Amino acid sequence: PCALPAAGRRPPHPPRLRRGESKTRLVRSSLLLPEAEPEKSKRTVLACNRLKTTKYTALSFLPKNLFEQFHRLANVYFVFIALLNFVPAVNAFQPELALAPVLFILAVTAIKDLWEDYSRYRSDQEINHMECLVYSRNEKKYISRYWKEVKVGDFVQLRCNEIIPADILLLSSSDPDGLCHIETANLDGETNLKQRQVVRRFLELDSEFDPLKFTSVIECEKPNNDLSRFRGYIIHKSGKKDGLFKENLLLRGCTIRNTEEVAGIVIYAGHETKALLNNNGPRYKRSKLERQMNADVLWCVLILLIMCLFSAIGHGLWVWQYGEKKKPIFDVPGPDGKYLSPVLASVYLFLTVIIVFQVLIPISLYVSIEIVKICQVYFIHQDKDLYDEETDSQLQCRALNITEDLGQVQFIFSDKTGTLTENKMVFRRCTVSGIEYSHDDNAKRLAMYQEPDSEEEEAAPKAGTLSQRDSICSHQSIKVIHRSQSTKTHRRTGSRAEAKRASILSKHTAFSSPMEKDITPDPRLLEKVNECAKHLEVMRSHEQPLSHLSPELCDVFDFFIALTICNTVVVTAPNQPRQKVRDRFELKSPVKTIEDFIRRFTPSRLTAGSNSSSSSSLATSKSMHRFGLSTLSSTSTDSTLLKLEEKLAYSAQMNNYGYSSQQGRTAVGGTPEEGELRYEAESPDEAALVYAARAYNCSLVGRLSDQVSVELPHLGTLSFEVLHTLGFDSIRKRMSVVVRHPLTDEINVYTKGADSVVMDLLLPCSSDDPRGKHQKKIRSKTQNYLNLYAVDGLRTLCIAKRVLSKEEYGCWLKTHLEAESSIENREELLFQSALRIEKNLHLLGATGIEDRLQDGVPETIASLRKAGLQIWVLTGDKQETAVNIAYACKLLDHDEEIITLNAESPETCAVLLEQCLQCVQSKFSNTIDGATGNMTVGFTPLYPPSSSVLSSLGLVIDGRTLAYALEPALEDKFLALAKRCRSVLCCRSTPLQKSMVVKLVRDKLKAMTLAIGDGANDVSMIQVADVGVGISGQEGMQAVMASDFAIPRFRHLEKLLLVHGHWCYSRLANMVLYFFYKNAMFVALLFWYQFYCGFSGSSMIDQWYLIFFNLFFSSLPQLITGVLDKDVPAEVLIAVPQLYKSGQNMEEYQPHMFWMNMIDAMYQSLVCFFIPYFTYYDSEVDIFSWGTPITTIALFTIILHLAIETKTWTFLHWSSCIFSIILFFFVALVYNASCPVCHPPSNPYWTMERLMGDPVFYFTCIISPVVALLPRFLYRTLQGTLFPTQLQLGRQLSKLSPETRTQLLTELNVKETIRQTQLLADSFSLSLGSNASHCYRAKNQSTPLPASPQTRESLFREHTKAEHKTDQTAAASPQGAVLYEENKLPSSAGSLERSVESLSVGTTLPWSSAVDQEDFSLLKWITSTPLFSHIGTVLQVSSRTCFAKVPSCGRQLPVEVPACSTSLLGPVSNCWDDFAGDFLVRSAGCI
Amino acid sequence: IKPSSPCNKCLNVSWDSTPPCTCTINFTLEHSFESNVFMYYGLSNFYQNHRRYVKSRDDSQLNGDNSSLLNPSKECEPYRTNEDKPIAPCGAIANSMFNDTLELYRIDNDTRTPITLIKKGIAWWTDKNVKFRNPTGDGNNLTALFQGTTKPVNWPKPVYMLDSEPDNNGFINEDFIVWMRTAALPTFRKLYRLIERKNNFQPTLQAGKYSLDIAYNYPVHSFDGRKRMILSTISWMGGKNPFLGIAYITVGSICFFLGVVLLFIHHKYGNRNTSADIPN
Repeated sequence: PCALPAAGRRPPHPPRLRRGESKTRLVRSSLLLPEAEPEKSKRTVLACNRLKTTKYTALSFLPKNLFEQFHRLANVYFVFIALLNFVPAVNAFQPELALAPVLFILAVTAIKDLWEDYSRYRSDQEINHMECLVYSRNEKKYISRYWKEVKVGDFVQLRCNEIIPADILLLSSSDPDGLCHIETANLDGETNLKQRQVVRRFLELDSEFDPLKFTSVIECEKPNNDLSRFRGYIIHKSGKKDGLFKENLLLRGCTIRNTEEVAGIVIYAGHETKALLNNNGPRYKRSKLERQMNADVLWCVLILLIMCLFSAIGHGLWVWQYGEKKKPIFDVPGPDGKYLSPVLASVYLFLTVIIVFQVLIPISLYVSIEIVKICQVYFIHQDKDLYDEETDSQLQCRALNITEDLGQVQFIFSDKTGTLTENKMVFRRCTVSGIEYSHDDNAKRLAMYQEPDSEEEEAAPKAGTLSQRDSICSHQSIKVIHRSQSTKTHRRTGSRAEAKRASILSKHTAFSSPMEKDITPDPRLLEKVNECAKHLEVMRSHEQPLSHLSPELCDVFDFFIALTICNTVVVTAPNQPRQKVRDRFELKSPVKTIEDFIRRFTPSRLTAGSNSSSSSSLATSKSMHRFGLSTLSSTSTDSTLLKLEEKLAYSAQMNNYGYSSQQGRTAVGGTPEEGELRYEAESPDEAALVYAARAYNCSLVGRLSDQVSVELPHLGTLSFEVLHTLGFDSIRKRMSVVVRHPLTDEINVYTKGADSVVMDLLLPCSSDDPRGKHQKKIRSKTQNYLNLYAVDGLRTLCIAKRVLSKEEYGCWLKTHLEAESSIENREELLFQSALRIEKNLHLLGATGIEDRLQDGVPETIASLRKAGLQIWVLTGDKQETAVNIAYACKLLDHDEEIITLNAESPETCAVLLEQCLQCVQSKFSNTIDGATGNMTVGFTPLYPPSSSVLSSLGLVIDGRTLAYALEPALEDKFLALAKRCRSVLCCRSTPLQKSMVVKLVRDKLKAMTLAIGDGANDVSMIQVADVGVGISGQEGMQAVMASDFAIPRFRHLEKLLLVHGHWCYSRLANMVLYFFYKNAMFVALLFWYQFYCGFSGSSMIDQWYLIFFNLFFSSLPQLITGVLDKDVPAEVLIAVPQLYKSGQNMEEYQPHMFWMNMIDAMYQSLVCFFIPYFTYYDSEVDIFSWGTPITTIALFTIILHLAIETKTWTFLHWSSCIFSIILFFFVALVYNASCPVCHPPSNPYWTMERLMGDPVFYFTCIISPVVALLPRFLYRTLQGTLFPTQLQLGRQLSKLSPETRTQLLTELNVKETIRQTQLLADSFSLSLGSNASHCYRAKNQSTPLPASPQTRESLFREHTKAEHKTDQTAAASPQGAVLYEENKLPSSAGSLERSVESLSVGTTLPWSSAVDQEDFSLLKWITSTPLFSHIGTVLQVSSRTCFAKVPSCGRQLPVEVPACSTSLLGPVSNCWDDFAGDFLVRSAGCI
Repeated sequence: IKPSSPCNKCLNVSWDSTPPCTCTINFTLEHSFESNVFMYYGLSNFYQNHRRYVKSRDDSQLNGDNSSLLNPSKECEPYRTNEDKPIAPCGAIANSMFNDTLELYRIDNDTRTPITLIKKGIAWWTDKNVKFRNPTGDGNNLTALFQGTTKPVNWPKPVYMLDSEPDNNGFINEDFIVWMRTAALPTFRKLYRLIERKNNFQPTLQAGKYSLDIAYNYPVHSFDGRKRMILSTISWMGGKNPFLGIAYITVGSICFFLGVVLLFIHHKYGNRNTSADIPN
């Protein structure tokens, strides 16, 4: 009873609801008796939960696959040709033989499809067979079922950490508040926890939820793909209606967190779930190259038709010329003995010739390309550079048919969270009341995480030395070191396993890596906190009012309290669902009514009860907590141990850096319970802040819905009564909590939010009041720091506080409660009420949180930029964060102008776009004026002051504006604007918007797009883009499943695109061109023959050769080249990203190249035809003894042609070429010897054998390819020498030795910077641009001149460096050694090295000797120049340059050698003298 | 054959003209032929490579297969059967076999000495011994073996009467085998006879006057064809053809010239690239 959506998308509805039929769906409990459900049979049409993404079934495979293959026009064509062969009147070959290649190709493709479909089937199977608990009516309890068996209307029970099998309406939860936390990482890529609520009426049920009693009917929307919306009603038996919202819906693919058990009814299942509806079906991707190729295939068809038509007309004329009566003896009449009329003959011939010439359409092209791509994919898989140790994952190519698209990408659309960043928030710095705490050590610690391994190894010895030196180092810290060392050995050996374990742990709870949790406190701030706590302690014990505290300390205290409590963080212990430490007696729901408020805030309670009650409640809760934790720790000893170890090692590190031993003590002696706590938050920032606060001993130990317990040093645990939590929303950009302070009993509002909003909400302070002045100062300071943070790419948050009087609070509460209780536009009212309370704030401080970028992201982006790629970031994050990250990863530069588009309505959006466009255009035409003035109409245009007019632009647009901009009317303008910008940032965009943006760019700009993302929210974008890349990281596998390529890290994109993409593209482009050439050349041979056989369609080439030529003889070398050819080596491609542009501009495969190739093919075939023609003209040669040499010649020519085009030669290239030729001869010999009567009509018995005994055969075979390839060879050489392309230059770069290359590359970079800054004169850049020897020559000339010691010194250093390098090369290359000997400089390397050593030791050497040394090194450098270009340069040239240098150096030598040899040590000087003497002799000789 | 030629009278011969039209052509050899001389007949404008023509044969019949002998392949149509009897050898190629007879005389002081023409050894060894075989059966009487077949339409005599010698008769007649190897180009020659050098002191053919007697049976006028007789010696490279030599000389000099030019270019510009100034 399970219908797939294709079958039953629209379930029929009961008649009484016909009105709403098109919009809603009804869901009933499936447990109700069937009798009670008259329309049950209809209802079962609803989709079940089975997932099916396969294309075929076992039965339908063959017909369906064939059907699909015949969608490819080429296949139809080939089958048509093959079938044509069965018609006797036109057949050219043996019909069976002609069918063979087609069948072969169809079979290969079918096998490939089958394999792909099977892997899909297996993944479906895996998902379908996951288990979940479904309520069974018969057994009256939840039983385990497969996912695929879940139906709409079923009741499903889920436990903690289970994945939700379908879209489920939440009906019950083990949480007393009816809450349930889910992690939606699989869906939208956000790893934070989201709260879901039990449907209201069910929450109020006293008893346990019983599915059997569920009789209500749920009416809800049709399945749709909007993740953020769900509307519906639940209609109870009593006729009452309750609204359902998205808060009630658990979405498929999410994970239950922190909640022990939930139960609900399935609303949408299988393909109708929102998660799956959001996955647009896979698109058949056809690569750009393939599209272009198909166009050229059509051209080929045209050429073919022209050739056929020509032949047909020719044949008609030929037949006609003999007239009706005088039929020649060789014109064979038809079987019936009658001659065909010229017209009919030509019609028949047309068809025949199509068969003969069919090879022009490369039949094996498609299959070859597929093979090549599979091999390319295999080699990409093998690349070790794309392997990530941390996650133990490597690149996966999931799409086999678009590898070459990687080399042509023009736009990159990237997700932010998890793609550019690690999605791990780390507290970096903060400022409290105007004083900045830079947390340098924290930064250091973070830096250490970059190289955890090296740090680990260094840590132990370092600890030893440091601790000895450190006078403060206490006995305890030594112990710590000792322990840490003992654990360290363990850690190092098992670090891998540990990393795995950690990753497993981190899967359970979102944030648990030590990087986020362990924060090194700033000593100053820590001190202040302690001091403050002490004061408070004193105050509390002496019943003093709080105001005695200095305002700064007060701020510090409040700051941390705010960090700790102003959030929605949930405290958990690891590996366990959240334990709500809860005392039912103390249950206090949030203030719900006015009466409640009055009751609670009666003076008696306030004055008398507060302290005692809170402390007593504290005690109980604390003890319970302790208890729970200790049991916990015993159960999970493993993880505890691990934690402890980490802690120890870490504290050791801290000691190494000279931290107060107190920290170590807390770490070592600290209660294990503390370490056990885990914080789970809706957003990673919150968790980071809480962890930060904990580092300052202000730790959150428990959160209930109405109170928060905070453990403070000296003070013990304080619990704050939470009166309200005003959650975060993107418009307010802040969140607040209203709490009652346990110490002061004041009602405090703590607000945490984006700096831009919070700063505006601060209490206006009068400037005359000294306190107000101070405040102002603090504010401006804080603002400064905030700006600094932003520059650093940190996410900034402001923390502020407001103290409310009871009256104010009461007043606000009234309106707030009204708002809360209202049903109509409740959200709007709540928003208003929040605005009312969040004002007149007192600024406490600000924090800077780092969303850590992945390794190498800025570099990768820079490099991809250089490669000419436009990078757009589409993120669901809020604008500030996105902009910050964009700065951090150098996507935006600070000297860039940024256009921010935030519009509230389509109209404003249109106006805004228009203005921006004009503005940009005016900017580009250098007529900048006060355009900024126009922009201040209701939006927030950000035009940071920029000095340069022509600086590049960045566009920032938010989700809503994007929605407007993507409307058809505006999209062109939007694109026009976006095109001008260097980088585009779309914030708050939904998955669908992401895909729309990609689609827009793809379709409108006709550009190649690449989308990269890691979460399920990127899936649609990934699917829409030409190339979809998934990051197989933390966030589930959805993106990976949808992607074409999956890489472990963003930085791998660089190599994937720049190297593999480029290679794949250039290989395939060349291969396709070669294919066309090859076939055209081969077919043209046959065409020329038609002129000599009366256009009768006969071929001199044996049909076997003709049919299998492509398939066997000439295919292997080209496949090898297609798979292995590297036009430019990887290092150069990485170092010079500009080379990537060749792919974007389609340089390797342009339309004219196709025609050039065709013309070349014509020429070559003419040569290959007419040389044998004239050789054998008027001889006794028969058709096939003449055709076989032609075939051989063609084969040679084709393979040599490939050899010219091949850029890298490996053993495989050689062997494949040789193998092909040998194979041809072997096959020919065997075939010609096999059977004297078979294979009519050619019957080539003994032909090859005879030919091979004939010298003419060899002579023709040698000369023809030479003549045929001469023009192409000439063109290649001349072009390569005179007008080299960038790629060729890159190739040459790779041929140089590594040192020269690096030198050149640095020069290149230097040049680039020069060009950018335009500071240096042309001459300088020229000297830099010239090659290394030039450079040195110039320096050589400069050395005799008197210069300051410093410059000489520095020059010398350079030279010694260079020399060391040369020594290495000398050792490395035997050729180099030979050259050394030829230059008669034995032992020069050794002596020089020694002298250099002595020089570096004795720093007091006079600089004159340094100069001398330098001359030596120079000399040596010169003599070893041949080493640099040991392959290319000729020996004579190098020695000549050497001799040229000798006089200039030699002249100096006699003067300076005596002077400096005295200052050197004996043996060295001896050697030196030897060397000098040797040198003098040589120089004398050469002069 | 020029209009002035003595064979002009025979232009309109047909296949079954009896008696054959004969004509004699006199010619003079300027140089003597030292080694063995090959005697060819040449045809031009004869499309032996026509697709349907090439196909029109039955190799297994020619290979002596008895079933094919009586039931030739369909490819032979319409020369497969004649008057309900299978044709042996069937097909258009066989049907159009060259059937002129050439005889060479040396005219030495008005005396015509016939020159011995050897008719064996003109076909490929493999063709004669492997590919072409007479049908097998009892005895060696070819007439009996070809029982039940009929001659090709254009032939004057059946296949078993092609020659008097038994090892050159039937399908293994070398003239027939040579004809069956279809020429690649419309202008072709086929080996007709060999003239062997008799002794070391005398050239095979001395310079002087010769005459060629032709029994003109083969009509070529209908398709503007021409017949030729060629006498040629053979070197180690085969027949005389200056083309390859010229080609090699030309290509060699071109290559040399280009080599020099390229060397020059390389010296002048080659180093420039090592400085690798990649733009951008």
